[in-house]
Amino acid sequence: MKKFISLALVAAMTASLAACGSSSSSTETSAAAADSAAESTESGDSSASADGEFVIGGSGPLTGGAAIYGMAVKNGGQIAVDEINAAGGINGHKVKWVFEDDEHDAEKALNAYNTLKDAGLQIMVGTVTSGPCLAVVQETADDNMFQITPSGTTQDITANPNVFRMCFSDPAQGAKSAQYIGEHELATKVGVIYDSSDPYSQGIYETFDSEAPNYGIEIVAAEAFTADSKTDFKTQIQKMKDAGAELVFLPFYYTEAALVLQQAKELNYSPVFFGCDGMDGILNLENFDTSLAEGLMLLTPFAADATDDLTVNFVNTYKEQYGDTPIQFAADAYDCLYAIKNAAEKANITPDMSVSDICDALETAMPEIIFNGLTGENIKFNSDGEPDKAPKAVVIKDGAYVLAD
Amino acid sequence: MSSFLSYLISGISLGSVYAIIALGYTMVYGIAKMLNFAHGDIIMVGAYMAYVTFTGLGLPPIAAIAVATVGCTVLGVLIEAIAYKPLRGASSLNVLITAIGVSYFLQNSALLVFGADSKTFTSLVNIPSVSIMDGAVIISGVTIASIVTCIIVMVVLTLFINKTKAGQAMLAVSEDTGAATLMGISVNRTIAITFAIGSALAGIAGVLLCSAYPTLSSQTGAMPGIKAFTAAVFGGIGSIPGAMIGGMVMGVVENLSKAYISSQLSDAIVFALLIIILLVKPTGLMGKKIQEKV
Amino acid sequence: MNMKSKKIRSNIITFGLVIVFYAVMEAMLVTGSMSSLMKGLLVPLCYYMILAASLNLVVGISGELSLGHAGFMCIGAFSSAVFARMVGDSIPGGAELFISVLIGAAFAAIFGFLIGIPVLRLRGDYLAIVTLAFGEIIKNVINAVYLGVDSNGVHVSLKDVKSLGLLDDGEVIIKGAQGIGNLPRNATFTIGIVLLLITLFIITNLVNSRQGRAIMSSRDNRIAAESVGLNVSEYKLTAFVISAALAGVAGVLYSHNLANLQATSKNFGYNQSILILVFVVLGGIGNIRGSLIAALVLTILPEKLRFFNDYRMLIYAIVLIVMMIMTSAPKVVAWRKMVAEKYFKKSRETEAGGKTDAKEV
Repeated sequence: MKKFISLALVAAMTASLAACGSSSSSTETSAAAADSAAESTESGDSSASADGEFVIGGSGPLTGGAAIYGMAVKNGGQIAVDEINAAGGINGHKVKWVFEDDEHDAEKALNAYNTLKDAGLQIMVGTVTSGPCLAVVQETADDNMFQITPSGTTQDITANPNVFRMCFSDPAQGAKSAQYIGEHELATKVGVIYDSSDPYSQGIYETFDSEAPNYGIEIVAAEAFTADSKTDFKTQIQKMKDAGAELVFLPFYYTEAALVLQQAKELNYSPVFFGCDGMDGILNLENFDTSLAEGLMLLTPFAADATDDLTVNFVNTYKEQYGDTPIQFAADAYDCLYAIKNAAEKANITPDMSVSDICDALETAMPEIIFNGLTGENIKFNSDGEPDKAPKAVVIKDGAYVLAD
Repeated sequence: MSSFLSYLISGISLGSVYAIIALGYTMVYGIAKMLNFAHGDIIMVGAYMAYVTFTGLGLPPIAAIAVATVGCTVLGVLIEAIAYKPLRGASSLNVLITAIGVSYFLQNSALLVFGADSKTFTSLVNIPSVSIMDGAVIISGVTIASIVTCIIVMVVLTLFINKTKAGQAMLAVSEDTGAATLMGISVNRTIAITFAIGSALAGIAGVLLCSAYPTLSSQTGAMPGIKAFTAAVFGGIGSIPGAMIGGMVMGVVENLSKAYISSQLSDAIVFALLIIILLVKPTGLMGKKIQEKV
Repeated sequence: MNMKSKKIRSNIITFGLVIVFYAVMEAMLVTGSMSSLMKGLLVPLCYYMILAASLNLVVGISGELSLGHAGFMCIGAFSSAVFARMVGDSIPGGAELFISVLIGAAFAAIFGFLIGIPVLRLRGDYLAIVTLAFGEIIKNVINAVYLGVDSNGVHVSLKDVKSLGLLDDGEVIIKGAQGIGNLPRNATFTIGIVLLLITLFIITNLVNSRQGRAIMSSRDNRIAAESVGLNVSEYKLTAFVISAALAGVAGVLYSHNLANLQATSKNFGYNQSILILVFVVLGGIGNIRGSLIAALVLTILPEKLRFFNDYRMLIYAIVLIVMMIMTSAPKVVAWRKMVAEKYFKKSRETEAGGKTDAKEV
């Protein structure tokens, strides 16, 4: 009986390997043809593409605990691509947007990246989360593939010249937060709660910690939590309370921050709460009592409540298509696609160029572009791959963002 | 002093939620002899049911709790019949793996149905909080509700098992499945009842967990599930008072180590304590000594 | 004698299959008919197979349930990654990898020994929970560790980079949750296959040795084994430590395949341990060859399911449940046996011989 099972498994394996082999040969020999075939089933608008289509892809978590961020990037990118295609594409060529699940894991991110390559990837937008991104940047460097991450914040991501970033890096956010708190004299005694199992949160905390003394801020308490115990914050809050922190810095995502705010209220503790870009989205958390967030301040490049035309349009389209209010990740992805469009038009690239040529051309063009995006006006990039844009400091008043000078 | 009391109370509050989840774990393990890794995810489904009933349909809290409990009971029985029952008689490891398959299935179904963004759960418990020592220490209503529920559940379960026919049948099945069958007890029916009770508890646990820590996503049940499983082992798996004590100890140790040792390492400390306890008492705090038959 | 030759034949088939697998993959690589996805999967396939085979030593051969295998992998990965970063370019990549494998195996073995001591005291599911707890402790502690090197030596802290007190020439190697970066990425498919073959060699040798027989006899009836004077505990500890060391080797491959190493619940948490356990159970408890094949199929399967987009993991879950019921449910097994007897009457004899060896290797 055992043999039976083994045989069946071997058969399944052989079949799947054979499938790998055959699918690869077809993608490698006639990538464009396979793409257009896939395209026609997907959108039914393949008339213009046959051999002239940019394949831009991304990867991020679509399953598991971090799925919300991957979904946002996938959807935000899709909106940008739809707009670009409706307006005639890039240099007259349509864009195809492909997105793969990486489960927020480095190993799976490589699989996702390789799958994208098999689908004819020319430009990489991703990955969404920092850890997997650090693994993928080395692969794109080997392939000399142009990469821009919408939301990978860890400093080292942009170390290679082929990688750019749309969001602020962790050190930039930590430093800017300390500077803002110090210069606006919001508080001198500051407490920090951070997620020690998350590179993003830990990275911001570290810079904040080292920058704080320069702005006359004393960190009276710093308490961590981990991904395995991120529901109960009462102990950390109690410590902030006991240490007399006038302001509590929360460098992590809004889902956990909502719990912190709620539990702080239960404990009758009401300091100023201050967050980073990950805090954006808290007002749109389904069923969240926004009065809890009253007075919360955050530094964010994007606010879904902003009233400029670009944001209003984007938010409306997003709500129409996906039924949710977009978070900052979606806006970053949207801007990534426009950054690519701007740079591609400047460098005048076409889809028949090799991946490496496209990369070289975009690398040179990126620092030369300047454009208005959802996450900032006059966005520029320096040659290190970092964006140059100003974060907005907003404060929540009566359940809405208000610019805090 | 007041800080210590605060830490202790948040620990008990967390512990009482762990305890209720652990009770479900321990029931199923004690009788069906299987680690039901999907238990945490049944909790998550229960919380979603309550959320939809209360926030979505606007029905009163009591209806939401009823829907969650009944819904989970049905779900538990269905899962048992479809995924676990066919494997009765196979090695317990096979059932364990199937349970993991069920867990993936529930998580990913919830992700597809409710989306990736987490929902804020409105507390279904409307008990005012109590403040002592001039407001320095506050006990929230949910904490009180969890503790009371936990004790009621424990007493009712103990009575059920010792005083009813079905309960006695459970005891018999857990002692010796073969002999129980010979005595005319339907093992399949007894195990189905066990799953029904265990899953009903999961429904209640889901409501309490999300009332105390009001965030709800497809992953909500996973980590509390594992922690509660640890708590059940802590107390001696299969033992009802053990599950309760195990849950409380877990919650308190987790919070006190966060407060006084290191907030980064609190998980490690809890698990290390578990290992130490098991080294001293290999079957947990209240576990029965295993008699080995030659 | 017959038994023995049968075992030898079975082992030869296992080794042969691995070599055939290697040859086919290499041939596809050389002829360029392999997809990027498959190329990227080659090294992961090797370490998953090593993990599956080594866990089978504990679960199948010793009969103990371990849920912390990923913890040993984590130790192997981090210890070898720290070594790789410390020596940097000062020694050639091949030598670095060789020493890394030894270091990863050694560290994992040490922890295997420490955690193996409770193995002597605990039974069944209690052992499972201790190993699970251990895996979580490792992950949690590594996320809190900062390790740096400067001319004064190695500095370790559980707090932050600042508290390492590094001199100006210092370099931070482990940066808490941000892990270790700039790793050499010098693991290749050939190295992976060689390590897999060594793993199989060690396991089959152990199983067919006097110790192996003692371990299996104690699995089947511990009291009987003890009563004839076998030191069961010691043998089981040996198996546990070897299994841990081999998981450490898999960890070395893991850390030398990625540019960046972080301990998350995805790669070194209980989820991963359970995934490895799935390989073992699905491939047949105690059946090394089966667990290799299961590791292969279940690693490729989710990638092949990408076609289903958002439904991918849901379908994976269903496949898992259905596979488990199809392979192990008593009724299905009986039905399959009936069908087999009906249509393959000639093979009935071998089937009859085969059905008792469910736990045999």
